[in-house]
Amino acid sequence: MPARVVTLQIDGRDVTARDDQMLIEVARESDIRIPKLCYVSGLSSYGGCRMCLVEVEGTSKLLAACTTAVTEGMQVRTVTPRLTEYRRMILEMLFAERNHVCSVCVSNGHCDMQWLAQHLGIDHIRFPYVYPNLPVDASHDRFVLDQNRCILCTRCVRVCQEIEGAHTWDVMGRGAQSLVITDLAQPWGESESCTSCGKCVQVCPTGALSEKGRSVAEMSKRREFLPYLTMMRGETGNE
Amino acid sequence: MNERKPTLATVWLDGCSGCHMSFLDIDERLLELAQKVDLVYSPLVDRKDFPELVDITLVEGAVSNEEDLKKIKKVRAHTNVLVSLGDCAVTSNIPGMRNPFGVRSIIDRAYVDTVAIPRPAPSTVIPRLLDRVRPVHEVVPVDVFVPGCPPSADAIYKVLSDLIAGHKPDGKSNLRFGA
Repeated sequence: MPARVVTLQIDGRDVTARDDQMLIEVARESDIRIPKLCYVSGLSSYGGCRMCLVEVEGTSKLLAACTTAVTEGMQVRTVTPRLTEYRRMILEMLFAERNHVCSVCVSNGHCDMQWLAQHLGIDHIRFPYVYPNLPVDASHDRFVLDQNRCILCTRCVRVCQEIEGAHTWDVMGRGAQSLVITDLAQPWGESESCTSCGKCVQVCPTGALSEKGRSVAEMSKRREFLPYLTMMRGETGNE
Repeated sequence: MNERKPTLATVWLDGCSGCHMSFLDIDERLLELAQKVDLVYSPLVDRKDFPELVDITLVEGAVSNEEDLKKIKKVRAHTNVLVSLGDCAVTSNIPGMRNPFGVRSIIDRAYVDTVAIPRPAPSTVIPRLLDRVRPVHEVVPVDVFVPGCPPSADAIYKVLSDLIAGHKPDGKSNLRFGA
């Protein structure tokens, strides 16, 4: 069935969209930027980071804008005191859960998480830090995986499967103990499926994946390639 | 408004002194600040004991050993507005990077594993390390947070100016974790 055109309101503005589009994408087209960490344009939606929670008239639940399709007459608010407080809380929990030491991180100054914390006015973490002991995998010739900085957004997993078609990355374990792994939790350098394309590194929102040899604050990511690749492959993907 | 100028103290726990350096980097504005406050206690001031009551105290560094712990409790008890200055005080930052490994393994690394003739780690005079390095607000209540490694001179100047003028900083000074 072909997509229909619907009209809705985001932050009081009337917008039109196709009914197969997600809220976050429609908002972006109208220059309304909803905070996000796991969503990245050109990959499937995961709905894991909960940064893009929005309020929708008629439901008391907060909905993730990256997994909520637009409907006719929908009224959406993307910035409210309640949303800001939840976004802060979620981000603070991410900071407390692993060892995000911005001052010595390769991604210092180029990090989505650091930027978002600043943007949301976070000046300290209200939750006790967990300080888990996590490994760093530097076995690959060109790239490094630092689990200390990983927020489990699965951008690496999705780009590897959906764009590169290698499916080197996956997630092991449950909850806060989950880890992103290469192949069957083998060292990245020994992975037989990895093509060393580096797309995972470029989409990673933090310093969890970086190019080898980058020092503090030297790892800026290049994301521009992703929409083009998606476009060239056609919009059907693996759906 | 009475005649008395507000009093200011600065304290240095487990940090690199970079935040104090950044404080000094406010340059000629220090002269202006000196007109408005009395600096009563600091690594830059020759005074042994923390005063009875200080209006504003800036704390640099995380709480890492027994002396830090004793010091910060005393400072808190004798301070009106306590300011966590910099990432070590706010997040535990670099000092906190030992936390995942445990205190035993880092003492071994310093005194046993990496020396030609191992000697026991000092057990007197030097304060004992705490099991975990903690940001200041996990130990005592903190009133104002100034993250950054280090916070810029401008940020420190703005926060201090606000506090001296008697109002709480608005938190919109564009501060962030890291450098």
